[in-house]
Amino acid sequence: MAKRIEVSGLHAYYGGVHAIEDISMTIEPRSVTAFIGPSGCGKSTFLRTLNRMHEVIPGARVEGKVMLDDEDLYASSVDPVAVRRVVGMVFQRPNPFPTMSIYDNVAAGLKLNGVRRKSQLDEIVEESLQGANLWNEVKDRLGKPGAGLSGGQQQRLCIARAIAVQPQVMLMDEPCSALDPISTLAIEDLIGKLKSQYTIVIVTHNMQQAARVSDRTAFFNIAGTGQPGKLIEIDDTSKIFTNPEQKATEDYITGRFG
Amino acid sequence: MSSLTTPSRAASLGSVSLGRKIKDRAVQGLVYLAFALALIPLVSVLWTVVGNGAKRLDADFLNHSMNGVSGRDTGGGAYHAIIGTLEQVAIASLIAVPIAVLTAIYLVEYGANGRLARVVSFFVDVMTGIPSIVAGLFVLALWLLTLDFGFSGLAGALSLTILMIPTVVRATEEMLKLVPNELREASYALGVPRWRTILFVVVPTALTGMITGIMLAVARVMGETAPLLLTIFFTKAINTDPLSGPQGSLPTFIWEQAKDPSQNSIDRAWTGALVLILIIMLLNLVARIIAGRRAPTGR
Ligand SMILES: Nc1ncnc2c1ncn2[C@@H]1O[C@H](COP(=O)(O)OP(=O)(O)OP(=O)(O)O)[C@@H](O)[C@H]1O
Ligand SMILES: [Mg+2]
Repeated sequence: MAKRIEVSGLHAYYGGVHAIEDISMTIEPRSVTAFIGPSGCGKSTFLRTLNRMHEVIPGARVEGKVMLDDEDLYASSVDPVAVRRVVGMVFQRPNPFPTMSIYDNVAAGLKLNGVRRKSQLDEIVEESLQGANLWNEVKDRLGKPGAGLSGGQQQRLCIARAIAVQPQVMLMDEPCSALDPISTLAIEDLIGKLKSQYTIVIVTHNMQQAARVSDRTAFFNIAGTGQPGKLIEIDDTSKIFTNPEQKATEDYITGRFG
Repeated sequence: MSSLTTPSRAASLGSVSLGRKIKDRAVQGLVYLAFALALIPLVSVLWTVVGNGAKRLDADFLNHSMNGVSGRDTGGGAYHAIIGTLEQVAIASLIAVPIAVLTAIYLVEYGANGRLARVVSFFVDVMTGIPSIVAGLFVLALWLLTLDFGFSGLAGALSLTILMIPTVVRATEEMLKLVPNELREASYALGVPRWRTILFVVVPTALTGMITGIMLAVARVMGETAPLLLTIFFTKAINTDPLSGPQGSLPTFIWEQAKDPSQNSIDRAWTGALVLILIIMLLNLVARIIAGRRAPTGR
């Protein structure tokens, strides 16, 4: 099910602002790829170009090519809505739908796309909550509002919601940055479990986390304020953290940055 | 925090200086005073209306019309006017709310400050400023004189529609703008198309506020008198058909009864006002209950 992503010559803009410049990389299926780099270097922007969420922002546009196996995501015949069903996303801040119960939050993607059969929904909701390691905590209160959970539970609810639509790629933008160490650990475990089925990309500011969960790591950097962000290098995580090719990467990882 | 950075101040922890206490009290007093001042007209209106109107609030008033009752007679009622007002406001809401809500959705979700959105927004502002009598004159000129329809509840409802649309558009717009963008993005990221996102995520999140805005607009037009006099005219008899012929309505009923110098008429006018206030309060209550049910519980 998992798919390989191949990006070539990708630029992203916010109106007149050139946010990321000429990025090319391959993201392997059934593995975790981590994006690291200083704030503002375009990690989130790049991540959002991978499921065509970038263009949701007024004035934002993308140039270049993103291939998902052999399909070009930016081909004119491709429907961005269909892309987002295949490439799911988890955001930095947990954002469950406030008017919906826990059950409805998980079922939202299916229900809003027309799946109505109760038995099928029940099954997928349970599977997804199990998959997100949340089932045991919420199985007795599925009808309660999703906003009533703790932050870490909400984030796992958002992960369950994302896996319920059965995507092939999962993008995570700093999924643990608002969470305590125990919830963080729960989500890292979850990422380890999910990678057998999905292609996973995770943005993180936490080096240890990148080292713990990812197979490959990409380092992004920015030459100065107002400059577009660039990919400095991408390699196996062990190599990036022990013996990177670029001096900038080493400086960043060892904290000698800036 | 400051006690850590400025140790000299740490000593004053717990003791607020007398000057600050006095200022705090004074401002608090002013706020209560302002609140009391604002309540005076409200309480006085309610007091007078209830005091003068309760006398005739009887079964006769609620189920008899004024047909064959002259100003000096006792008895008579506002049945025809209550029916008329409910029908006219219902029709006005049925037309105005969908148009206004869809306009607001366009402005917030699709327009994105484009040229059309700015033009629409400008005209909504212009409409907000239309005096109600002008709305009545407009319907009179277009519907009754140019298109040659007769006086009817519908014509009155059309003029109320013109008054309702801008208020509902503005209220709905504000509520939609309050829905965090993160929720829209969360929905898009699940592969949900934009229109479904709006229908099933954005609107439900904003619904409570939207209902409040709609109720305020309903309450406002329910008391309009001038445009109704021009468009549905006025009758003492029961006319349940809003599509043809003059109809009663509570505001015109009050206006008509209050004109008559006889005490019996004036009593009926007060009771009419009381019934109007009660209907509006009842509608508000119902709307709050509906809105309260929809809001997620157990936060
Ligand atoms: N909605 C937007 N409109 C205009 N410019 C934006 C927008 N979002 C981001 N940018 C700009 O694009 C650049 C890259 O931002 P991005 O959010 O991708 O950085 P990031 O690497 O994710 O940073 P962080 O680690 O702080 O999340 C920044 O210069 C930012 O100011
Ligand atoms: Mg970011």
